[in-house]
Amino acid sequence: MVEALIFLVLATIKIGVVIGVLLLIIAYLIWVERKVMAHMQVRLGPMRVGWHGLLQPIADGLKLIFKEDIIPDKASKIVFVLAPVISVVPALMSIAVIPFGDTISIFGLSIDMVITDVNIGILFILAVTSVGVYGVILGGWSSNNKYSLLGALRSSAQMISYELSLGLSLIGVIMISQSLSLVDIVDSQAKYWFVILQPLGFLIYAISAIAETNRCPFDLPEAETELVAGFHTEYSSMKFALFFMAEYANIITVSAIAVTFFFGGWRGPYLPPVVWFLIKMALCIFFFIWLRSTYPRFRYDQLMKFGWKILLPVALVNILITGLVIILL
Amino acid sequence: MIRPLIQGLALTLKHFLNPFKVVTMQYPDEKWTPYPRFRGLHELQRDENGKEKCVACGLCSTVCPAECIELEGDENKKGERFAKTYEINMLRCIFCGYCEEVCPENAIFLRQDYELASENIKDHIYNKNKLLVPLKKKK
Repeated sequence: MVEALIFLVLATIKIGVVIGVLLLIIAYLIWVERKVMAHMQVRLGPMRVGWHGLLQPIADGLKLIFKEDIIPDKASKIVFVLAPVISVVPALMSIAVIPFGDTISIFGLSIDMVITDVNIGILFILAVTSVGVYGVILGGWSSNNKYSLLGALRSSAQMISYELSLGLSLIGVIMISQSLSLVDIVDSQAKYWFVILQPLGFLIYAISAIAETNRCPFDLPEAETELVAGFHTEYSSMKFALFFMAEYANIITVSAIAVTFFFGGWRGPYLPPVVWFLIKMALCIFFFIWLRSTYPRFRYDQLMKFGWKILLPVALVNILITGLVIILL
Repeated sequence: MIRPLIQGLALTLKHFLNPFKVVTMQYPDEKWTPYPRFRGLHELQRDENGKEKCVACGLCSTVCPAECIELEGDENKKGERFAKTYEINMLRCIFCGYCEEVCPENAIFLRQDYELASENIKDHIYNKNKLLVPLKKKK
């Protein structure tokens, strides 16, 4: 009885800390992205709001809170309000199974640095991120706007196409580590990180992850919102902020999974594990921003062709090769 | 196919690692000096004796494509013509320079001042005495 209570309290504290840090990181990821992208493009980025623009996310947040919240007349109100929520919640939920560090002990209690060690960890993550696609399509459909609907259809088609190669690229790792639980996967990288054992898998994962989160160079459904329309045209104020947050939360989730699966999770010499995890995640996110400021975008048909005709067969070939190597060794 | 991708990444990384070399000019702190023939705020000239050169012929008003110049002529005590009222509506003016080209007395020039914004819409009608200030400065 007491054990259950302790577990509950610990879990609540862990959730509180992780969500707090996550939301802070999302808010400041906007600043980091604008500054890094600006310097890569030989310009300065936000400079006026606070020293070098550090208060910019706060200014953006305040602006979004004070904007008028418009719900179109003929929109399906319940679905319209729910869609951003359905986008954000799965993105934040998938952090629940990612291990940040080794077991630490405070006051004689040994605490695992993971909110919950589900033994089907990766299945949980894949399932939950798939639910996030619903947010996009419900948002587009409930806006009662044909351009939103088309944008949402394109975006969700892109996301589900690349989810396949995402899942398949992770299967190579699972075959090596013989377990679906993320904690076991990190533990089995004690000798070699999986990026060395599975370079092709990592490449496929990287490309699929960028396409999954609708980032450049795969962000045509999103760039259209700057040009014509997209699934979040009719959204204003906080609902738009939630969609925006969902995108950055997805980037963080996908980076965290990349770090856990391919880069050894929290493993590393000298520094405490959480610091290593954050450093590796920061490098992954820097890579995302680097790609965004360098490449032009794919056209939509090129994107879909690439996903189905090239990436999916290559992912299957990767699994085949991994299987052969495992059998022969 | 791969090489251009890597070259692109290398270029952006090179720019990132050199954060002090930017092309941005931080406006209120660093201002750009316009070139000598830049067409900015107008200036009505005076001659060596301090008399206004403008004789209110109305050519500038006629040639102005935006129809932003309004003027009324009058005679002073010596019988010389001058402009009693001369108004340019800065919100209509397109700063083309036709008035400068057409003026027979070389009385109006377009100078370098481009910071003409104001919060009050009525402030944008520049009057001869109030805002065509260099009239007093030219001697």
